Amino acid sequence: MASTPIETGLETRSITAPETILEMRSITKEFPGVKALSDVSLNVRAGEIHAICGENGAGKSTLMKVLSGVYPYGTYDGEIVFEGEEIRFKDIKQSEQAGIVIIHQELALIPELSITENLFLGNEPGKFGVIDWTSAQLRAQDLLARVGLSDDPDTQIKSIGVGKQQLVEIAKALHKDVKLLILDEPTAALNENDSQHLLDLIVGLKAKGISSIIISHKLNEIEQIADEITIIRDGKTIETLNVKGDGVNEDRIIRGMVGRSLESRFPDRTPKIGETFFEVRDWTVQHPLDSSRLVCKGSNFHVKRGEIVGFAGLMGAGRTELAMSIFGRSYGTWLGGEIIKDGRPIEVKNVQQAIEHGIGYVSEDRKALGLNLLDTVKRSTVAADLQKISKGGVVDSLEEYNVAEKYRKLLRTKVPTVEENVGKLSGGNQQKVVLSKWMFTDPDILILDEPTRGIDVGAKFEIYGIIQQLAAEGKGIILISSELPELLGLSDRIYTIFEGAITADLPADQADPETLMRSMTSARKGATVS
Amino acid sequence: MNNLKLLFGKGNSIGQYGMIIALVVIVAFFWFTTGGLILEPTNVINLFLQYSYILILALGMVMVIIAGHIDLSVGSVAAFVGIIVAQSMSVWHWPAWAAIILGLAVGALVGAWQGFWVAFVRVPAFIVTLAGQLIFRGANQIIGQSTSVPTPDSYNTIGAGYIPDFGPNTNYSNGTLLIGLVTIAALIIIEARGRARRRKMQAEVPPLWVSIVRTGILVAVTLVATYLFGAGPVGTSIPIVAIILGVLTIIYGFITKNTIFGRQVYAVGGNASAAVLSGVSARKVNFFVMANMSVLAAVAGMVFVGYSNASGPADGTGWELDAIAAVFVGGAAVAGGIGTISGSIIGGLVMALLSNGLQLMGIESNKVQIIRGLVLLVAVAFDVYSKSQGRPSLIGGMMRQFQRKDTEQNTVAAQQPQSIQDQPEKVNTQ
Repeated sequence: MASTPIETGLETRSITAPETILEMRSITKEFPGVKALSDVSLNVRAGEIHAICGENGAGKSTLMKVLSGVYPYGTYDGEIVFEGEEIRFKDIKQSEQAGIVIIHQELALIPELSITENLFLGNEPGKFGVIDWTSAQLRAQDLLARVGLSDDPDTQIKSIGVGKQQLVEIAKALHKDVKLLILDEPTAALNENDSQHLLDLIVGLKAKGISSIIISHKLNEIEQIADEITIIRDGKTIETLNVKGDGVNEDRIIRGMVGRSLESRFPDRTPKIGETFFEVRDWTVQHPLDSSRLVCKGSNFHVKRGEIVGFAGLMGAGRTELAMSIFGRSYGTWLGGEIIKDGRPIEVKNVQQAIEHGIGYVSEDRKALGLNLLDTVKRSTVAADLQKISKGGVVDSLEEYNVAEKYRKLLRTKVPTVEENVGKLSGGNQQKVVLSKWMFTDPDILILDEPTRGIDVGAKFEIYGIIQQLAAEGKGIILISSELPELLGLSDRIYTIFEGAITADLPADQADPETLMRSMTSARKGATVS
Repeated sequence: MNNLKLLFGKGNSIGQYGMIIALVVIVAFFWFTTGGLILEPTNVINLFLQYSYILILALGMVMVIIAGHIDLSVGSVAAFVGIIVAQSMSVWHWPAWAAIILGLAVGALVGAWQGFWVAFVRVPAFIVTLAGQLIFRGANQIIGQSTSVPTPDSYNTIGAGYIPDFGPNTNYSNGTLLIGLVTIAALIIIEARGRARRRKMQAEVPPLWVSIVRTGILVAVTLVATYLFGAGPVGTSIPIVAIILGVLTIIYGFITKNTIFGRQVYAVGGNASAAVLSGVSARKVNFFVMANMSVLAAVAGMVFVGYSNASGPADGTGWELDAIAAVFVGGAAVAGGIGTISGSIIGGLVMALLSNGLQLMGIESNKVQIIRGLVLLVAVAFDVYSKSQGRPSLIGGMMRQFQRKDTEQNTVAAQQPQSIQDQPEKVNTQ
């Protein structure tokens, strides 16, 4: 696939004076309680590749959703000018008609349908609702040739790889007569060969006059193909860099991405760190569906008593996969490695065993994996260790109430009564219920996966306090977070993960955002791995 | 209003008892249209003799539905067990008690079979039990050679019998009176012990009048039931099948509400991933829920055979739909995670009373079907609508509350009236 020449088939437009194709002015987008974008501006010139960089949660995807009409006109402030006209999209259909096509990280293809059927889904050629399959076939071959794909158009989507699926998405965009192509993390799931081919294709499209906006965490790729880079941080535009003119390199981008100083957002703490009591050795896990991919590549790490150990990594690096596979092999296929606790290897083949061995896991997605939203606060609090309040399989409801009340008071969960459904609580309070649930199991090692995601600042501070309190009690804490300030502010030691491998092990006083980001974005070691 | 909250638990207006009110309205309506016939002791006794099997099925079906599954095979399983039990007595001349044990064992085997496919092979329960419906219907007809097999009187008691009369002539069934008195005593003792326990554990104890009124209502209901069952024609009393139903209801109410297994059923149905990550074995839960359903189908089948004095090739046709309707009218959610035993019993009673009342009015059975269908549709549509308005499920909510009425749980909630007033939107869901 990589060697197929790219023939986009569009006549080359003259790009003598690069005019602005897209201008987003002072875009502000608020969600209840959160200002996701604040006065963001973006200028994309015709025929350029424009990269948007920022940390997880900086607002990149929100900005693209505003642009493509996912958030319709009226739900945001500011104006968007495309090809010299102000646009007010009501939905994605309208933005696609204007020539703006977004390709999401999760591909929007239907696995059971053929390439042709997917290409024309929603835009079927034909009359009166009857599809003209002959012209569809011919058109499909033409489109596939333009993205350099030589597969039979009748092939089912599920039987081609992710790399080719990505190309089908682009072919679909070409069919819609795209003028501005938006790619959200296009290479996140691709191997190196497929990535390079995709990048070449984007450059090829540029030569044919199609502008692209690319969001990517892989800074080397951005450096390679982008003409301009806009950096967004905390929902604000920080700067726009011209790659050729400003002498941009990865370090320069990273500085822009993490440039803030660490405010005193963390409660004071004097760590009391004991001996190493939890160790994971040569932990190797295979992707559940794709047996050629390893999500954990022989990882080694350890945790000491009373220590908060941070895990840094970009989205898809394999942090959650590592955590869940340790927690009773809840993710992927275990290939090898052992867990050692208090000097002895322990058997943790399922969640029950993990809980029995004193391991707790607060998942990153509390609604899908952490809570039964139909249940009450009371029942959720005791859900992971019902045995503790039961005799002969019968739950002691008074004891249950007392436990739930105890944790409600301890964590100051804001809820009228513990009989309230957890589905009605705010994110911060839901997270406190999840924390209660795992604190009630009295774990020795508690894995916290994005414990403050989607939580307001006040509740964050409280949760930081709880985390520090748990460490002070001598528990080992594994903290996974996409927010570098949070990791730096809480952790005693930080591991970085890149593509399933641990790339660095840094004591907190030697870590800074730039060092971390460097180890998070490449396999070269930022520090010696102990 | 405050007092009502204290009485029935958190965050309720009286309107949340709509399902019970609906039941009362239905009874009142038929009482007028049938000239009081519907509340004649004879009719009430017949109602239970005739429809208990659906309520027994609903007990298992609600757990299946809470766990997020469905069971379409219960009618065929009931018929399959029924024919085996009948054969064991008429052909092999087994005593009734041995036949009953055999029936339960066959039910458990069938349940293990279906549970295996659902829990371990992960075939959707819809498919497994659709297959089961065909398989066990066919098996029934092979074993019975598509004919009816009669059962002896000694056995038929479980479906058509009453508790025996004894003692002095009081114009009432003495056995029924005794059961009524024991129930009343139990209600009072449970309430008193609940209070004592709270005092001992230094939890807040609700005001005395709350306990008195609450227990009083339950005692009154028991008295009325005792009268209705006890005042029938000479020789009748509370039917054995109603006692079986009552005992099963208490057992399953307790299992779903107070045991670890019950919690796990709700957890798996509410969010299976979260349940598994909390250490619940979803497989085990799915297996036992499906297996249990078939055991209850066996009980329902045996009871029905007793009621009709024979096991026939068409027994149990359409029962699965009656049971499923009762559960959904009783406030369970199609997607799982929500439902109660008490709600399903009331849902089943609503459906049974409709059939019974309409028949008493002389409406032909075709039309009765249509009306029952519409009631099911409207009851669930009402629930869906109230959920889409962002309110809690009315039927589900009111059933939870109803269930809480006779436990100590509601007193826990009753301690928090002030904080409920701080949340006005949660008080008046009507």
